[in-house]
Amino acid sequence: MTRTKASIRLRYAGTVALFLLPSAIPLALFTLVPMAGSLWTSLHEWNLITPMRWVGLDNYVELLGEERTRAAFGHTLYFIAGYLPLVYAGGFGLALLLNRAMRGRNVLRAIYFLPVVSSWVVVALMWKWLLNPASGIVNQLLALVGLDGPGWWTDPDWAMPSIILASAWKDLGFVMVILLAGLQAIPQEYRDAAKVDGATGFKSFRHITFPLLSPATFFVVVISLINGFQVFDQVHVMTGGGPAGASQVVVEQVYDLTFRYGRAGAASALSWLLFVVILLVTLVQIRAQRRWVNYG
Amino acid sequence: MGKVLRAIPVLLGALVMLFPFAWTVVTSLTPDGALLSIPPDFAPGDASLDAYRRLLEAMPFWRIVLNSAWIAVASTVLQLLTSSMAAYAFARLPFPGRNALFAVYLATLMVPMQVLVVPLFLEMRAVNLVDTYFALLAPTIASAFGVFLLRQAIAQVPREFDEAAVLDGAGHLRVFAFVIVPLIRPALATFAIFGFIASWNSYLWPLVIIRSPEFMTIPLGLASLHGEFTTEWNVVMAGSVVSVVPILVLYLFAQKHVIASVAQSGLK
Repeated sequence: MTRTKASIRLRYAGTVALFLLPSAIPLALFTLVPMAGSLWTSLHEWNLITPMRWVGLDNYVELLGEERTRAAFGHTLYFIAGYLPLVYAGGFGLALLLNRAMRGRNVLRAIYFLPVVSSWVVVALMWKWLLNPASGIVNQLLALVGLDGPGWWTDPDWAMPSIILASAWKDLGFVMVILLAGLQAIPQEYRDAAKVDGATGFKSFRHITFPLLSPATFFVVVISLINGFQVFDQVHVMTGGGPAGASQVVVEQVYDLTFRYGRAGAASALSWLLFVVILLVTLVQIRAQRRWVNYG
Repeated sequence: MGKVLRAIPVLLGALVMLFPFAWTVVTSLTPDGALLSIPPDFAPGDASLDAYRRLLEAMPFWRIVLNSAWIAVASTVLQLLTSSMAAYAFARLPFPGRNALFAVYLATLMVPMQVLVVPLFLEMRAVNLVDTYFALLAPTIASAFGVFLLRQAIAQVPREFDEAAVLDGAGHLRVFAFVIVPLIRPALATFAIFGFIASWNSYLWPLVIIRSPEFMTIPLGLASLHGEFTTEWNVVMAGSVVSVVPILVLYLFAQKHVIASVAQSGLK
C-alpha cells in the first residue's frame, strides 16, 4: 500500500521534472552560472590569459574614480535625454492623429512599424549612409536649399545626435502602437461626459486623455529607459564609440574593456554597475507611478 | 478640413519611414562609379546588379542567410517547447517550492544580455565552444519571458478542460499536448513571432562568440561587410536589402498579429 503511494509520488516528481528540466537546465547553465561567474570575475583582475588575481572591490572603486566611466554614463544619459523625448513626443503625436477614423490607417500603422522589425545593424548602416557627410543624401538635400550639412557621425559634436536620430526613427512605430492601443482603450463616454461638463480640446486632453493614457505612457517610459541604458548595437555599428570617444556608451565600454583592453574583471564590474543603475531607475519609477499613473 | 490637415503630417511621417528603405534599394542598384559623385550621377537606366554580385563574391552570403534562418527557427522552436512545458508545470502541477522556483525564473528576466555576455563568452571558452553553432544557440534555448507569458495564458484556460481529459485517462503529457497547447495557440504565436525576430536581429552575442564567416549570422555578416567595404556603400546596401527582405515579408504576413500583440503589452 505505502509502496504504491511512494511510487505514485515518484512518478509525479518525475513528471514535474520532465516539464521543468528542459528550461531549468539551460537557464541554470546559460544565465545563472554566468551571473555568478560575472560577480566572481568582477572581484578579480583578469586579462583573459594569465590566471585571475583576487582584488576584492578594487575594480568597482577604480571604475567609480575613472573619468572614462563617468564619460560613458554621461554619454548614455545624453542618448536617453535625446532619444526618449523625441520618440515619445513623435509617437504620441502620431497616435493622436491616427486615433480618429481615417482611410488607410492600418496601412500607415504598418508602415510606421517597418523599422521596428528590422535589425539594428541594418538600421544603423542605412542611417550611416543617409548621413554620410560627403555623399549622403541628407547633406545633399540640405545643400540644395543652401545649407551646409554637419559631419554627422564623423564629427564628435554630431555623433550622438546621429545615433539618436536613427534610434528614434527605428522605435517611433513601437511607441506609437503602444500609445494608440492605450488611446483606443479609453471609452468614448468619458470624453462625451467631459464635453457635457464643458471640457473640450486641450482641457479634455489634459484631464481625460492624458491621465487615462498614463499606464501606456508608464510602460513606454520604463521600457525606453531600460533599452536606453543598454544601447549598443547602433552605436557599435555607426561610430564604435567615436569619434574620439564622443559616443562611448556604457555597454560599448564593457565590450572594449573585455576585448580591447583585456580587463575582464573591470568589464564585469562595469556591467554590474549598469545593472544596479537600471534596477534603481526602474524601482524609482515603479514607486513614483502611484503618484501619476491612473489604473482606473 | 480637419481630416486633410491631420493626414498631412501622418503621410509626411510615413514618407520619412519609407524613404530610407527605398534609398537603400536605390543605392544597392547604383553602379560603383556613380556612387560618390556629387550631385548623384545616377539614372534609372544605369541600374546594375554589380553590387549584389560583389556581395556574393565577398562572403559566403547564402550560407550566412541560411545560418540566420535555421538558428532563428531552431531557437524559436526550442523556446516554444521549453517555455510552454515549464509554463504548464507552474500553472498546473503543484509541488513544494514552486513559487520560489518561479521567482528564480523571473529574476533571470531582469538580468540583461549585456551583463551576461562576457561571463557567457568565458564559459563557452572554458568548454571550447567559442565559434560554434551550439554557442550561438545556447542562450536562446530557454526563455524566462516565454515561461511568464505562457503561464498567464495557461492560467486562463478553465480547469474543466484538463479534468475532462484526465477522466478519459489522459496523463499530464497528453493533457499538455492535446488540450492545453491547442488552447493557447494565440499566445504561442505571439511568442514565436517575437522569438524569431529577436533571433534574426540579434547582434551582441554573435559578435562576441563567432569568429569564422561560416558561422556568422546576417547582422554580424553585414557589420563585417561594412568593415571591409567602408566606402562601397552599394555593396553594403545590397547586403542590407537581402537581410531585411525576409523579415519584412514575414512581418507583412503576420502584420496584424504582430501589432496587436505589441499593442497589448502596454495595456497590462
